[in-house]
Amino acid sequence: MSRQIGEVVLDLKQVSLSFGGVKALTGISFDVREHEIRAIIGPNGAGKSSMLNVINGVYRPQEGEIILRGQRFTKMNPYKAAQAGISRTFQNIALFKGMNVIDNLMTGRNLKIRSNLIQQAFWWGPARREELEHRAKVEEVIDFLEIQHIRKTPVGRLPYGLQKRVDLGRALAMEPSILLLDEPMAGMNVEEKQDMCRFILDVNDQFGTTIVLIEHDMAVVMDISDRVVVLDYGKKIGDGDPDAVRNNPDVISAYLGASH
Amino acid sequence: MLYRENGQFKTSYAADQQIFPITQDRWAIIGILVFAFVAVPLLVDEYMFRAILIPFVILSLAALGVNILVGFCGQITLGAGAFMAVGAYAAYNFHIRVEGMPLLVSLLLGGLTAAAVGIVFGIPSLRVRGLYLAVATLAAQFFTDWVFLRVPWFTDNASSGSVSVSNLQVMGWQINNPLNKYLFCLAILTVFALMAKNMTRSAIGRQWMAIRDMDVAAEVIGIRPLFAKLSAFAVSSFFVGTAGALWGFVHLASWEPAAFSVDRSFQLLFMVIIGGLGSIMGSFFGAAFIVVLPIALNQLLPAIGDLVGVEISTAGISHAELIIFGGLIVFFLIKEPHGIARLWSTGKEKLRLWPFPH
Repeated sequence: MSRQIGEVVLDLKQVSLSFGGVKALTGISFDVREHEIRAIIGPNGAGKSSMLNVINGVYRPQEGEIILRGQRFTKMNPYKAAQAGISRTFQNIALFKGMNVIDNLMTGRNLKIRSNLIQQAFWWGPARREELEHRAKVEEVIDFLEIQHIRKTPVGRLPYGLQKRVDLGRALAMEPSILLLDEPMAGMNVEEKQDMCRFILDVNDQFGTTIVLIEHDMAVVMDISDRVVVLDYGKKIGDGDPDAVRNNPDVISAYLGASH
Repeated sequence: MLYRENGQFKTSYAADQQIFPITQDRWAIIGILVFAFVAVPLLVDEYMFRAILIPFVILSLAALGVNILVGFCGQITLGAGAFMAVGAYAAYNFHIRVEGMPLLVSLLLGGLTAAAVGIVFGIPSLRVRGLYLAVATLAAQFFTDWVFLRVPWFTDNASSGSVSVSNLQVMGWQINNPLNKYLFCLAILTVFALMAKNMTRSAIGRQWMAIRDMDVAAEVIGIRPLFAKLSAFAVSSFFVGTAGALWGFVHLASWEPAAFSVDRSFQLLFMVIIGGLGSIMGSFFGAAFIVVLPIALNQLLPAIGDLVGVEISTAGISHAELIIFGGLIVFFLIKEPHGIARLWSTGKEKLRLWPFPH
């Protein structure tokens, strides 16, 4: 194993988020260390996706702060998060349906584009050179995810499992340092899940990418993650390595609905 | 049989990313350009130029602009006519107020002014979308109608806003007969179409399409909606404004605000919907459909009437023209909601496999 879990890179402190009267998250704190695979689990509506949305600035929490590599963000926004090297996939695939696989992945390179509109309009000098450079990078991602055969297919025509893979590819094309995965295996069959697990572990291992993962398949979560956070009704009820979480009575009652 | 790409292997990304990666397509586009620039001038009479070809070329340019905004960036607009008007009147003011201003520069400055106005009227798109945005852009239409009728400065104090230009020339080349007008507009259209294609296949085009397809995901990936939307408004209005300036200067030569009424805005929107949203090719198909079909019907109906021994009155013809035209639009939208461009690409896909069905 080349990866070695390092310092804390992402630290969330007392994050609270509400929509009107609905409290989605209440005073949640946890941290993510460099190169680790950190899972967030919890029953439906526990606030897992909201948590990811807070991390990359889609939602603004009313309270709390996010400390990313020592830098304090009280107001994160998606653009800043992307610049800071956070990328993500979505629970209900959010690919650009009208574009093909290559173009979807090329959008992931957007922040690295330096040429301006005029240069692009004439396909001139820097614009042309950049297109070729980024295409080469995108092809590396395509090779990595083994989707060479569909590179020119419009993503709307792809089956669900492959769309999930392209969604991961788009996030990887950003060359993120932190990758947020929102239920990467939802709705997949066993083989597709195995493939996806392999890709996640390979990303983590080969590129050293820190991964924050939401997943419902407990076998997968317990198997691949280093540490697990458990949320229920917007509150943190457990945090620790998979074994500790598995044996935590609060977690068991939240999942099995034992009488309180 | 002829349309096969067997054996055309790409060995570099540059070869794979060219506009027409298939050899037959490259020959076809060269053929079309030669036909348009060389053969058409030899074959066609003045009436064809004035009634069909020049309007077709200029409206294709405008449709390209509208397609960039509506088709590629997904921001619906009903203000295209307004931006044409801004382009035309701005070019006019540059032309008469600045001594010795070259024609081409006036036209492009007209386009740039339209781009600036487009950005202003694009600001609502940051807050509202869909039909609400359409209504917001409709405001541009009524605003420009009013400005060019009521503020005499813009029309050089001409009554009822009617202005005219004459003695058009580019570096000594007189643009005074229909043939030269056609060639001038066609040259501009060719350059602009190439620009549109280049933009839509590079980073800026991907930003527009990302905003169109899934704006939340686009933001997360580092695309700023403000820049993407307003740049689409700017580029679109630049195209539409330049087309407006050509429409005024070259096609009409003297015009009043009514030339760029809300009807024009609707016409341009229909062109891109029928031609194919998000397709460069579709803009041309749409312009051809809207410009050529009514004239073709007008010529054809009396002939058909003669054939079956019925004489149709002039009023009857113009009514029938509208009925059939409307019917065809409905038919097309039901049979192929993605426009003629989709029919075209489906046809090409079938041709590549022919004679096999799959």
